[in-house]
Amino acid sequence: MKTVPVSTTINGDAAEFICAPDETLLDVLRNRMGLTGAKEGCGTGDCGACSVTLDGRLVCSCLVLGVEAEGAEIATIEGLATGDGLHPLQQAFIDHAALQCGICTPGILVAAKALLDKNPDPSETELRYWLAGNLCRCTGYDKIIRAVQAAARQMRSA
Amino acid sequence: MRYARPETATEAVGLLANEAGVTRVLAGGTDVLVQLRAGSVTPDLIVDIKRIAGLRAITPEAGGFRIGAAVSGAELGEHAALCALWPGVVEGCNLIGSTQVQGRATMAGNLCNGSPAADAVPGLVAAEATARIEGPTGPRECAVADIPTGPGKTAVQRDEIVTSIFLPARPARSGDAYLRFIPRTEMDIAVASAAVNLTLATDGTIAAARVVLGAVAPTVVLVTEAATALIGNRPDAATLATLQAACSAACNPIDDKRGTAEFRTQVAGVLAKRATLIAYARAGGSL
Amino acid sequence: MAFDTEPKRDFKVVGRRVARPDGIDKVTGRALYGADMSAPGMLMGAILRSPHAHAEIVSIDVTAAVALDGVKAVVTGADFADAMDAATADVRDNCLARGKVLYDGHAVAAVAAASGAIARAALDLIKVEYRVLPSVTDVDLAMRADAPVVQAGRAVEVVPVGLSENVTDHCEFGHGDPEAGFAAADLVIDRSFTTAATHQGYIEPHACLASMGPDGKADLWCTTQGQWAVRTACSAILGMRASQLRVTASEIGGGFGGKTTVFIEPVALALSRKAGRPVKIVMSRTEVFRATGPTVASSIDVKIGMTKEGRITAGTATLRYTGGAFPCGTVAMGAQAAFAAYDLAAVRTFGWNALTNRPKEAAYRAPGAPQAIYAVESVVDELCQKLALDPLEVRLLNAAREGTRSSYGPTFEAIGLEATLEAAKAHPHYAAPLAAGQGRGLSCGFWFNFGGNTSVSLTINTDGTVGITEGNPDIGGSRAAISQMAAEELGIPYEQVRTVIADTSSLGHNDVTDGSRVTFAVGLAVIKAARDAIAKMCARVARIWGIDPEAVEWVDGAARPTGPNAGTFPPMTLAEIAALSFKTGGPIAGHHESNADGAGVSFGVHLVDVEVDRETGATKVLRYTVFQDAGKAVQPDYVEGQMQGGAVQGIGWALNEEYIHDAEGHLLNPGFLDYRVPVASDLPPIEAVILEIPNPGHPYGVRGVGETPIVPPLAAIANAVSRAAGVRLTALPMSPPRVLKALTAQG
Ligand SMILES: Cc1cc2nc3c(=O)[nH]c(=O)nc-3n(C[C@H](O)[C@H](O)[C@H](O)COP(=O)(O)OP(=O)(O)OC[C@H]3O[C@@H](n4cnc5c(N)ncnc54)[C@H](O)[C@@H]3O)c2cc1C
Ligand code: FES
Ligand code: FES
Repeated sequence: MKTVPVSTTINGDAAEFICAPDETLLDVLRNRMGLTGAKEGCGTGDCGACSVTLDGRLVCSCLVLGVEAEGAEIATIEGLATGDGLHPLQQAFIDHAALQCGICTPGILVAAKALLDKNPDPSETELRYWLAGNLCRCTGYDKIIRAVQAAARQMRSA
Repeated sequence: MRYARPETATEAVGLLANEAGVTRVLAGGTDVLVQLRAGSVTPDLIVDIKRIAGLRAITPEAGGFRIGAAVSGAELGEHAALCALWPGVVEGCNLIGSTQVQGRATMAGNLCNGSPAADAVPGLVAAEATARIEGPTGPRECAVADIPTGPGKTAVQRDEIVTSIFLPARPARSGDAYLRFIPRTEMDIAVASAAVNLTLATDGTIAAARVVLGAVAPTVVLVTEAATALIGNRPDAATLATLQAACSAACNPIDDKRGTAEFRTQVAGVLAKRATLIAYARAGGSL
Repeated sequence: MAFDTEPKRDFKVVGRRVARPDGIDKVTGRALYGADMSAPGMLMGAILRSPHAHAEIVSIDVTAAVALDGVKAVVTGADFADAMDAATADVRDNCLARGKVLYDGHAVAAVAAASGAIARAALDLIKVEYRVLPSVTDVDLAMRADAPVVQAGRAVEVVPVGLSENVTDHCEFGHGDPEAGFAAADLVIDRSFTTAATHQGYIEPHACLASMGPDGKADLWCTTQGQWAVRTACSAILGMRASQLRVTASEIGGGFGGKTTVFIEPVALALSRKAGRPVKIVMSRTEVFRATGPTVASSIDVKIGMTKEGRITAGTATLRYTGGAFPCGTVAMGAQAAFAAYDLAAVRTFGWNALTNRPKEAAYRAPGAPQAIYAVESVVDELCQKLALDPLEVRLLNAAREGTRSSYGPTFEAIGLEATLEAAKAHPHYAAPLAAGQGRGLSCGFWFNFGGNTSVSLTINTDGTVGITEGNPDIGGSRAAISQMAAEELGIPYEQVRTVIADTSSLGHNDVTDGSRVTFAVGLAVIKAARDAIAKMCARVARIWGIDPEAVEWVDGAARPTGPNAGTFPPMTLAEIAALSFKTGGPIAGHHESNADGAGVSFGVHLVDVEVDRETGATKVLRYTVFQDAGKAVQPDYVEGQMQGGAVQGIGWALNEEYIHDAEGHLLNPGFLDYRVPVASDLPPIEAVILEIPNPGHPYGVRGVGETPIVPPLAAIANAVSRAAGVRLTALPMSPPRVLKALTAQG
C-alpha cells in the first residue's frame, strides 16, 4: 500500500508524517510520532481511551484515518500540561485518586478538558453523559466525577 | 487502498464511477473505520466527502433546513434554530454513540449505512425528510423513507453520494420526538425505537401524525394504523392503548444478541406511546 | 525492640491520603504500558484463531504464509516443549492448540512479520483443515452423560455414574446435619440459579514484546499481574531455564485476575526465537474477549431453612461451575465462600466443575465467590420477605463472628462482619424512604484474602532517602501504600521513599498481584525489611557510640540510646547514619523474604436502591452504599476506589454483562458495544464506608480489600430488583428482556 505524506499540527507544533491510507490516526500517533499517551482499548470507538481533539472536536483517534489529519490541528494528552505545570484536571486526578490503573486516564482527561472548554460548570448528570464514551473499569467513575468537578471549580475561580 | 479527498460532488461521483474495485464513501467514518478494522470490507478506494464545498453547512431553505451530508451530530446539536424546529430529529442524531462519536458521525452516514437500528432514520422518516443525491447524471431528490431497502442495503447506488438532507418547514402547533430502548444509558445500539411527528388542531386534538419504528424490522416501519389512531384524538389512555397495539402489531423483528423478538415487539409499542406524549407536549398540547 | 503484641493503631503516615508516586506519569501519558514499548528491529506478531468451538485439527499448512514477503517466522503448538506438569501443559495448549481446538477463538498458529499488516495478511494464507465436532457451552448440558466430550481423560475419579466425563473437579465442605436443620425450620426455600460468564474487562488488552538472542537468553516486557508467574510458565513452555528469561512488568492497565496467566507471551518468545528478532504482540479487543479468561458460568441450587424468628437452621448448596475447556478448581472457592457470612449449626456445600467449549477461565476478583454468595443471599432475602423479617436484622442474628466455626472449616479470628452490618443499619441509606416501583437490596460479601510468597528489598541511600524494590505490579496505587508503610516504620516523611517494581532478575520470587495480597503481604514484607534495616542502623550507631546494639532504640526516624548503661548521646537520624554508612561498614539495606500467611478474611455489606421500569424491564440503580472492613486503610482513597470499582463491576455482572454464544458455540458479543460494562451515566455516586477491625495477622492490622467488593452486588441488586418488581429473579444478568419476561409472566 502506497504511503501518503501528511502535514498537520500536533499540540501546537507543526508535524509531518507519512502513513498508509488505511492507518488510523491512533496508530500514527503511537507508532510513528512516538506519542503513546493515547491508548488503544478497543480500536472501534467503544472505549474512548484513544480520545484526542481534532480541530477542537473531541474524537476517537481510532476512528480517524491518519490521512484525514492533513491541515488539521490535533491535541493529545501529551499537550495538556504546559511547561512543567500540570493542568488543573491532571492535578485534580492525582489529588482525588481518580485513577487506579491509569489506562483510561489520558482519554478521560482529554474528554473532560473538551467539556470544560465548552461548559465550565457542568452538572453531574451532564458530566456523566459526556464521559459515557470513556470506559473505566477500575474506579466505578465516582472519583473521576469528583475530580472533574473539583478541577472545574478551581478553573472557574482562577 | 487509495484515499481521495475531492472538492466537488461531481469529482467525488467521477472517482466512484471510475473505480472498478470496492469503494467506500467516507463521511464521519464511525461505521467505515469499524468495518475496516473488522476486515469486513477491504476497499480499493475511499472517497472522503468532508472537504466538498458546502457539505459541512446547515442552510435555511424554504422555512426548513438543508443539512450538508458531512455535518456531524455535534454540529447539529449546536444549531439552535434547527433544534427548535425539529427537536425529535436532532435528538435521534444526538443519541448516536458517545460524545467522541458525535464529533464525527453524520446523519447521512447513519442513513447510508443501512442499519435497521439507525437512530437518525426514524425521526427523518417521521419528518418526511428528503435526501439530495448526486450521481453520474446529476442530482436527484429522494424521500429518506425510500432509501433503506434492507439490512445494510440502500437505494443509494455505488456511484452516488448523498450531498444533503432537507428538513421541511412545519405548521404551527407541531412537535416531534424520538425514543429508543437500550440496556445501558449510552453506548448501545437500539433494541427498538420510535419516532413520532405530530401537528395539532387548534382544539388540541391531533390533526396530523406520523409514527415510525426502528430496529423491529429489516427497515424502518411507518405505522399508518398508529397515525390513524391518533388523528382526531388527544393522546388519552384509550388512544395510546390503540397506538401501542398498532405499533406492536407492525413489528417484524428478529431474535438476536441484543434482544428477543418478543421483547422488541412489546417495547416498540411502549416507546411509541411515550414518544407521542413528548411530541404532543412539544406541539403545545396539554392533556 | 519488641514488636507486634497488638496491631499498631497510632499512625503518622499510614492512613493519610498521600499522592501516588506514579500519578504524574499516568496523568501526562508518560507511563509505559504493555503496548507502549518498542525495540529496534522489532517485528509484529499476529495470531490465527479457530473459527470453530470444537474441532480436530487435521492439518496446518503454513507454506504460503512463510513465503509471503516480510514474514520472518511462523509457529504452531509444535514449537512448544512437551514435558511439563498438567496445569502448565493446559496453559501451553491454551496459548497454541494441540490436536484439537476447544473453543471459538482458540489460538492455532502465529506469524511474525515486518509489519502488523503483513502479519495479518499472512494469517489468511495459513491453511488449517478442521474436522468440526459437536460442541457444548452450557454447564448443565455438559454434565450430562450424552454431552460432547471436550477433553477425554480429564474426569475426576469421583464422577458418579450417569454424568459426563466432562466433570473434572469435585469438592464438599460443611458440618452438622442439614436434614435435621431443615426439619426444625418454619420455612424452607429451595431454589435454582444461573449466572453467565463475565469478563474482567480491563481496558488494556494483553500486549508483550519478546526478544530472544541466539544464545537462548531472552527478555520479555509485558502487561501482567505477576512477572515471576510469567517467567515460570514461559520458561516451561519454551523449554528454557528460568535464569535465561528476564521478565519486566510494564505499567498495567487493569487485570482483576485476568492477567495472572499467559496467553501471547510464550507465542511471542517462540516467534522471536525463530526469527532472531524482537517480536511484539498486541491483542485486539475481540481477541481479548474470545480468547482470554472470562469467569466461570454457573448453575446453582440452594436450600435454606429458617425459623419464624429468623434463625437459619441449615443451608445446603450444590454448585455446578464451568471454567471452560480446561479443568478448573474455582468451584472449591465458591463452595467454601457460599455460607461464610453465617454462623450455622448445619451446612453442606458440593461443588462440580464441567468442561465446556468456552475459553479457559482466568481469575476475576474473588474467583468463584460472587456466584455462590449471590445464590445464598437471594434465598436468605426471599426467606426474610416471606417471613416478614428485616433482612439486616436477620443477617445480624446469624452473623459469623470471632470464634464461629466457619462453613468451610477454620474458626474465625477477629472479623468485621457484625461491625459492618451495624454500620449499614445505622446509615441513613437504610432508613431512606422508597417510592413505588423501587426496591432496596442488601447482601453480605466475603473473601478469604491471600498472603503468599513475597520478597522485597529496601535501601538506605546516602542522602537519607529510601528506595524500595518490590515485585508486584501496581494496579491501583499499591506503590503509595508500600511507601507509606516503609515511611511509617522508619519514621521518615513519605516523600523520602520511592518504591519501584523490579524485573525477575532483580529480586526473589513474588507471587502474582492477586487475592488482595499486595497491601497485606508486600506491606508486611516491607515493614519487616524496614525493621531489618533499622536493626542494621542501630548496630552501626552502637559501634559509633561504642555501646551495645541492644542499648540503641529506634524512635521517630532516629537512633537513641536506651537503658541504664547506654550513656547520653544525641539521637542520630536516618540521614546522619546514611551519610556515614561508607565509613561504618558500607551500604545499608534491609530485606525480607517469606511465604506470608495470616491474611485475615474480609467481609463487606452492600446496600442498593433500584427502580424497575415495568413496561421495559429496565433497571436503574438509584443509590449505592458499600460498607467494608479494611483492617487498616493505608491510603483510604485507594481503599474506597477498590470498594467503588468492585461494586460497579458487580453492578455490570448483575444487570448486563454476559458471554452470549450461538448454538454452535460462537461468541456473539466479543466487543464493548455488546459486552456491556457500566458507563458513567449508568451509575449513581457510590458511597464507600470503611470500617477498621484490625487483622491480628498484620503489624498494622491491614486486610486485603480488593476482592470482597465484587461479591455482594450480584445479590444486593437481585434482591432490590426482585422486591421492586414483585417477582423473584433467579438468573444473571437481569437484562431488560429477562426482567420484562418475568414481569409479563407474573401478569
Ligand atoms: C461506538 C459507536 C457507537 C455507535 N452508536 C450508534 C448509535 O447509538 N446509533 C446509531 O444509529 N449508530 C451508531 N453507531 C454507528 C455510526 O456511528 C452511525 O451509523 C453514524 O451515523 C455513521 O455516520 P458516519 O458519518 O460516521 O458514517 P461513515 O462511517 O462515514 O459511513 C457510513 C456508511 O455510509 C456511507 N456513506 C456515508 N456518507 C455517505 C454519503 N453522503 N453518501 C453515500 N454514502 C455515504 C459510507 O460509505 C458507509 O457505508 C455507532 C458507532 C460507533 C463506533
Ligand atoms: S481505542 Fe478508540 S475508542 Fe477504544
Ligand atoms: S483507572 Fe483503570 S480503567 Fe480507569
